Amino acid sequence: MIDKRVHSLADALAGIRDGAVVLVAGFGDVGIANTLIEALQEQGARDLTVVSNNTGNGDWGLARLITSGHVRKVICSFPRSGDFSGFVEAYNAKRIELELVPQGTISERMRCAAAGLGGFYSPVSVGTRLAAGKEVREIDGREYVLERPIKGDVALLKAQRGDRWGNLTYRKAARNFNPVMAMAADLTIAEVSEFVPLGELDPEIIVTPGIFVDRVYLLENRP
Amino acid sequence: MTDTESGYTALTRHQMAARAAQDLRDGDYVNLGIGIPILAARYIPAGREVIFHSENGVLGMGPAPRPGEEDKDLVDAGKSPATLVTGGAYMHHADSFTIIRGGHLDVSLMGAFEVSATGDLANWTTEDPSFPPGVGGAMDLAAGAKQVRVLMEHTSKKGEPRILVRCRLPLTAQGVVRRIYTNLAVIDVVAGELVVQEIVPGLDHAGLQHLTDAPLRFAPGCCELRP
Repeated sequence: MIDKRVHSLADALAGIRDGAVVLVAGFGDVGIANTLIEALQEQGARDLTVVSNNTGNGDWGLARLITSGHVRKVICSFPRSGDFSGFVEAYNAKRIELELVPQGTISERMRCAAAGLGGFYSPVSVGTRLAAGKEVREIDGREYVLERPIKGDVALLKAQRGDRWGNLTYRKAARNFNPVMAMAADLTIAEVSEFVPLGELDPEIIVTPGIFVDRVYLLENRP
Repeated sequence: MTDTESGYTALTRHQMAARAAQDLRDGDYVNLGIGIPILAARYIPAGREVIFHSENGVLGMGPAPRPGEEDKDLVDAGKSPATLVTGGAYMHHADSFTIIRGGHLDVSLMGAFEVSATGDLANWTTEDPSFPPGVGGAMDLAAGAKQVRVLMEHTSKKGEPRILVRCRLPLTAQGVVRRIYTNLAVIDVVAGELVVQEIVPGLDHAGLQHLTDAPLRFAPGCCELRP
């Protein structure tokens, strides 16, 4: 019988290694797996590359993972969001590398990895500093840059509801990067607010089918 | 099919599918091709949850509906009426092919016209000029699944080998087939070599080789393939 539930944060994060590429869903502090992220700091993996839209806020969640020195590189679109003092401190001290990527390009690069594609041509960033070193090709009279896939070793998701197969639904705009990151990592871990029996989630409205999800952690189980 | 002179009995299509089903593990996500592979869904060993994907956008495909319970909007890859199991989900087409091409399926169980010793697969066209070719999702499935396994009759209706040194028909994908289930044997493709793991009782090694164009090696533990 398939049961993707894990009952402790240690089980949820088991196997994440030093140097891992970690896809961290969320838009600002919405739809972000703060519980898993903070547990990852305790788990101890270092030299992480984090792919996320922002870089965390205050002294919790992603900001804490960064300030505690676990992150070597961030691939993100907008590191300046909310109280981003944790990131700035690490950045100014040159303890962290930043790869700045236009927001839509981040999600599409992950979608390419998810879908087994070798990349895509995008008009975004043509002629800008962010296109430096990238192949440019003219297609039907417009210039495009080649963008390569971003594949995660791990994805950390925040979902509203999940079942034992790992089917997930989200709540309102907390959906954001969660579905695409779910598809783009080898190991996808979701923290969920509600665990429901199989069949409770309407097959018409399941947003992330369980094939993309490896572990489901119910937030109620938090220590 | 019984070859009384040779003294062996080939597996039926259902027996072939049942053999392939034995190798599907609890929790595997599997796409079943039309033809013999789709029959494998009926033979999953008790206690295992295997989730079937259908390229048209169904994850958690169930058995055919009972007569009178068909839903015109729910069909399988062969456009036959289908059902959804509890826990299944529908998705749009590009997401369905993200599953296929992105390496999310554990097994793609496919039919074949020909397979080569290096695991090349030919299953999309027989080059019959009177019959327009169709590729459908075959190339996506062959290139994208974590493992491709093939279910096929060992020889053509005329008795000609279909497991060849090199495929004669146009390829679906190169070097992708990992295991072949035929009505006579179970054969693994290992580093460009065909290794026979199981063979039907009564057929000797020379007899199987006679029906196979590509050279075969017999695994030390080669055992009987029984229905």
